[in-house]
Amino acid sequence: MAYSPEQISIMDSIIARYPRKRSAIMPLLHYVQSIDGYVTNEGIELIGQKLELATAEVTAVSTFYTQYKSKPVGEYHVGICTNTLCAVMGGDAIFESIKEHLNLENDGVTSDGKVSVEHIECNAACDYAPVVMVNWEFYDNQTVQSVKDLVDSARAGNPPAPTRGPKSLRTWKQNSAVLAGISDGLANEGVQAGQPSLLGLKKAKGGA
Amino acid sequence: MSKLTPVLSASWDQADSFTIEGYKRNGGYTAIAKALAMQPDEVIQLVKDSGLRGRGGAGFPTGSKWGFIPQGDNKEHYFVVNADESEPGTCKDTPLMMANPHVLIEGVIIGSYAIRANYAFIYIRGEVTHVVRRVQQAIEDAYKAGFLGKNILGKGFDLELVLHVGAGAYICGEETALLDSLEGFRGQPRLRPPFPAIAGLYAKPTVVNNVESVASVPSIISNGVAWFTGMGTEKSKGFTLYSLSGHVNNPGQFEAPLGITLRQLLEISGGVRSGHKLKFWTPGGSSTPIFTDAHLDVPLDYEGVSAAGSMLGTKALQIFDETTCVVRAVLRWTEFYKHESCGKCTPCREGTWWLVQVLKDLEAGRGSESDLDKLLDLCDNIMGRSFCALADGAASPIISSLKYFRQEYLDHLVAGKCPFDPMASTLFETAGVK
Amino acid sequence: MSIQELGTESQVQIEMITCVIDGFEITVPKGTLVIRAAEKLGIQIPRFCDHPLLAPAGACRQCLVDIEINGRAFPKPQASCTIPVENGMVVKTQLTSPVADKAQKGVMELLLINHPLDCPVCDKGGECPLQNQAMSNGRPESRFEGIKRTFEKPVPISSQVLLDRERCVLCARCTRFSEQIAGDPFITLNERGALQQVGIYEEEPFDSYYSGNTVQICPVGALTGTSYRFRARPFDLVSTDSACEHCASGCAMRTDVRRGKTLRRLAGEDADVNEEWNCDKGRWAFKYEVAKNRVKSPMVRDSNGQLQEVSWPEALAAAAEGLKNSRSGVLVGGRATIEDAYGYSKFARVALGTNNIDFRARRHSQEESEFLETTKLTATYKDIDNADHILLVNFEPEDESPIVFLRIYKQVHKRSIKVTTIAPLASRGSEKLKAKLIRTTAGDETQAITNISGLTGKSVILLGERISETEGALSAVVKLAADSGAKLGWVPRRAGERGAIAAGALPNLLPGNRSVSDPAARIDMATAWSIDSISNEPGMSTDEMVNSDLQALLIGGVDPMDISAEAKIKLSKKFIVSLEIRQSDITEIASVVLPVAAVVEKSGSFMDWQGKVRKFEAAIDQTLNRSDVRILSMLADEIGKPINLPTVKSARAELDSLGNWDGPSSDMKMRNPTAAQKVSGDEAVLISWRNLLDKGSLQDGEENLAGTARKSTIIISNSRAQTLNVRSGEHVRVSNNYGAITLPCQIGDIDESSVWLPRNSLNSQLIRNLSVVSNSVVKVTKA
Repeated sequence: MAYSPEQISIMDSIIARYPRKRSAIMPLLHYVQSIDGYVTNEGIELIGQKLELATAEVTAVSTFYTQYKSKPVGEYHVGICTNTLCAVMGGDAIFESIKEHLNLENDGVTSDGKVSVEHIECNAACDYAPVVMVNWEFYDNQTVQSVKDLVDSARAGNPPAPTRGPKSLRTWKQNSAVLAGISDGLANEGVQAGQPSLLGLKKAKGGA
Repeated sequence: MSKLTPVLSASWDQADSFTIEGYKRNGGYTAIAKALAMQPDEVIQLVKDSGLRGRGGAGFPTGSKWGFIPQGDNKEHYFVVNADESEPGTCKDTPLMMANPHVLIEGVIIGSYAIRANYAFIYIRGEVTHVVRRVQQAIEDAYKAGFLGKNILGKGFDLELVLHVGAGAYICGEETALLDSLEGFRGQPRLRPPFPAIAGLYAKPTVVNNVESVASVPSIISNGVAWFTGMGTEKSKGFTLYSLSGHVNNPGQFEAPLGITLRQLLEISGGVRSGHKLKFWTPGGSSTPIFTDAHLDVPLDYEGVSAAGSMLGTKALQIFDETTCVVRAVLRWTEFYKHESCGKCTPCREGTWWLVQVLKDLEAGRGSESDLDKLLDLCDNIMGRSFCALADGAASPIISSLKYFRQEYLDHLVAGKCPFDPMASTLFETAGVK
Repeated sequence: MSIQELGTESQVQIEMITCVIDGFEITVPKGTLVIRAAEKLGIQIPRFCDHPLLAPAGACRQCLVDIEINGRAFPKPQASCTIPVENGMVVKTQLTSPVADKAQKGVMELLLINHPLDCPVCDKGGECPLQNQAMSNGRPESRFEGIKRTFEKPVPISSQVLLDRERCVLCARCTRFSEQIAGDPFITLNERGALQQVGIYEEEPFDSYYSGNTVQICPVGALTGTSYRFRARPFDLVSTDSACEHCASGCAMRTDVRRGKTLRRLAGEDADVNEEWNCDKGRWAFKYEVAKNRVKSPMVRDSNGQLQEVSWPEALAAAAEGLKNSRSGVLVGGRATIEDAYGYSKFARVALGTNNIDFRARRHSQEESEFLETTKLTATYKDIDNADHILLVNFEPEDESPIVFLRIYKQVHKRSIKVTTIAPLASRGSEKLKAKLIRTTAGDETQAITNISGLTGKSVILLGERISETEGALSAVVKLAADSGAKLGWVPRRAGERGAIAAGALPNLLPGNRSVSDPAARIDMATAWSIDSISNEPGMSTDEMVNSDLQALLIGGVDPMDISAEAKIKLSKKFIVSLEIRQSDITEIASVVLPVAAVVEKSGSFMDWQGKVRKFEAAIDQTLNRSDVRILSMLADEIGKPINLPTVKSARAELDSLGNWDGPSSDMKMRNPTAAQKVSGDEAVLISWRNLLDKGSLQDGEENLAGTARKSTIIISNSRAQTLNVRSGEHVRVSNNYGAITLPCQIGDIDESSVWLPRNSLNSQLIRNLSVVSNSVVKVTKA
């Protein structure tokens, strides 16, 4: 797929953020995912051209980081934390039941292209365990049933809002643009903090 | 009386705490006026005097790190924030940036001013979209308010701040891997020397500080050294965020002076999961050797934890009760290190691959007691032999779990399977399946 | 000047460091790595990623040792390949430290857990650093009982290199070489952790001119050469040090032979020349020597016009008969060894009594003859190492002298030195050198040379042989060098050209830089050769001989198509004696054909572009083929005017004894600059050079090598593309009255008036197709 002049000029603006252009490779890869859904050959070749890198050098970078996908993922990419703490607290059970529920293996995508599933590592929300991320938005304190409901409604096109995030869940491509540093204007939506984050403060203030 | 000292988290219960208005209402962006009125070296000295130590795991004195940057060298300097919070169990910087990104930005401005950097980066992990939004918005608002950009507060100081979003690599929390990643390479650690203070980002003098360390600076500038050193212990000054998670009744963030004990934190928060008892815990993430209920009174400061045979690390207190199989827990951590090994050096790349295989067998009750010795010997061949500390972290839970729970490993071999019921340790067990 | 320079050099004090390794004290220059200081003591610390010419990586961790400095011990073993020695350092290697020994054994065990047990079928078996060091520094037994990592094996990463990821120990030597040494980062480490693997981008193979070096430095059998795979066992090979015959870079080589057949060639080591590298042509183009059309016995053309195999005496008699008493000359070609070139030179003067001799089977000029006669060429690789600025004139080092390219690239990479190139376009090579392009078209280079400023005594000017294609350019260079004090180097493509100059294989030059025009030099030479006199008449150049009415020519190793499209027809009217290794366009028209030895079958020497002599011995000794000089000596005997050079050794000794002429030398006659040809409309000035990998006859039969050659394209400017309404990749036709070439076009930073094509590549052989190679007006149209 060829990129539009607008997209090319966004790429140029990403490159302009940095003192040296090679630094722009990661946001550019996120940006390619926001257009193509994953890191396509067209994307690799264009980034190589823009940054004056060999395509092999771009590949070397894109394959190092797990968020860059070499094949399409679902419109809603579900990451279930199975690092020790979340796994023990229920992440393992959630992951197994969701794979069965969707009849998918790890990294699989539903045939309608709506949902993909991946087990992920610690996502820095252990006080909200078990944690599930959808398009890298927080879904805190999940259970087997809540995640089944989540993926079912996502496939039906009306996923619930993240626990700590915008009012409604955006797609994989839309959120990839945010990761490329392109604002979607939703920063002010959602809570400032979840309850566990406030627990110490409450206790300090003498709360229960 | 509560021992808690909310500073960084003090405003988190206000709905607009993350906005520039909210931050300013709570006294935000006043520390930079004070700092920019000082000489940069005075700022460095003040931070040195405060005794602030790195909150990202290693505990290196922040002021000293700033002081290593050569001055008058006619080179660009860079200030880089390590916001790649990925150590298992660690969950403090993420809520901090979600609830109050401006305190981090204010810290960046002060730190950059001190080390004479005109370009700064926040390297944030890529798996936290909403935090990215918040920090990005905060940076834009800080630019609009004149706290970033040219001639900040009319003091002739210029600073560009760029949010750089990672893409899923634990190793990028290692500062030289982070710099390689930020330069657009694979995030693999660099040879040291040269250290980042001499040749960091783009081979220029660079400071890399953890989010919490940087965010602590404005309060130190505002309230003074004495205020800060009035908290904590002799060598571990100040307050910090302790993250309590796992089998506790009330997990969450607790800001307290360094040196508080787990027993005290459990008392404050509401204790171990009702009806269960503490089995093992990590003091500072999965890379720090595990503790048991024998360590409830270890002062959680740099020296105290170290003296007890572990590390303060990121103060990520992951609590596991008696329903948890330690072999399963350790296997899962080991799988994490295998997944996150960058691949550069042999001991880590091949060692974690092998360790996972051995542990899988042990968890399934296959093998013999001699495999435990083999496991320890492998750890000996990996720990301290690898390029960076990642593999040391991989060996830590194995060695420490064998130290405290060798019998449990043997029980697996006797049973020929894992003797634990995994469902017993889930949250649903107490919360009920919805 | 030289005395002052010496003084400055001696003032550079190298700080020395003394440390103790395994109880032995050693003093080494500051900056020496522990692993290399240990080597000096004969202590071998095992290693994989370490390579002296690559930046330290510290990745494999095989070289761990215990270190303390002034009594303070490092808490854990350190990688000796990354740590420079310090005063007061005490190092304990595996020999004296149980901790280091266990650490090394531990790393080795880890390296082997995923290594396949396919040594019996691995090319590297028998010369494998992993195999060897597993024996010397490994545990006797592995404790690994798990599942090994598997990959598809092997995968071709180019037509000439195969990758076996299972065998790879991820030392990153290959990827670091490609990036740091060759500037071709087409192979990289991909993925991460236990899945980390060497790879290419799927659409772009590892087509680097230097890819073979990665095969050579791979410490395991992960990278293998397609042509050598499964062909031999290292212990069946007999290795001979050799010198590369492909170009004037001067690479030291190693030739590995089994039962009279070359199985492979490797880069040899010479710190002053090629370090440890070579190019893929040098490594993988050698089958020509065993080609099917090898000339095996002498032949004489019979009355029916057919070549018939005859005995040596018959052939020599026929050759002598045709040569003597006729107006004759000698074409040597640019590939002769110094000894052979000397044989031809002496044969022309003594046996034929003429100065009609020329080694230039390419474009050449009278200005060039004079330049080569009068100009001191002093630049060396060392001068490149120390240069502040390198000026390239009509010279594309990556294509025309690949090791010169590597040497310049090294300094660009290391010191960011300035490189300026006077060229028609920014080639891939000059882009890698970050060279400042002074864009010219054929014919107008002189002005660009004259305008160069800022060169110093530390600068180096490197000229390609194509500079002779522009009248006045060499004159301008000579003036520029004299005015600036910059060192001057002339880098011909072929390996024999510098040697041929030294041997006097030029119409105006006798051996040892003696001018034909200098009576004293002629007398000196005649005396040495024990002949009455040497003709004072300057000889004919190659073109002149071909176009002349000379009756007979002795030709050694020349392809007439390198001279001109009509050369063969013109030569066919003369009595030709051909000294050849293979049947060729010359043997087709020759009256007498005398077989000679290929490079691997003979000893001799080449002179590299620096003027450094590169001696080599025969790698294959069971051959009846003899070096040219031996045949020439027999032929001279037959003619009755002996040259007395029965062996290569005698030729070398005689040439050495002559020494260089130290009499006064004349100055070059300065030429006026010419202007570029005027073009309009669809006309363009033709520009070309030869790509490194092309249709050159020494690359015949090397299909795997040819697979990595750059694709033939026609390069035009953006504005011409717009005028022609073609996009990159669409076909364009270049034509003149003689013929036409149609190829995909590439839009490049080339002067609007010009068009570039490869000179001798697939579907683009300019002499054959267009009869011209440069500085000529052609038509460019949409195909």
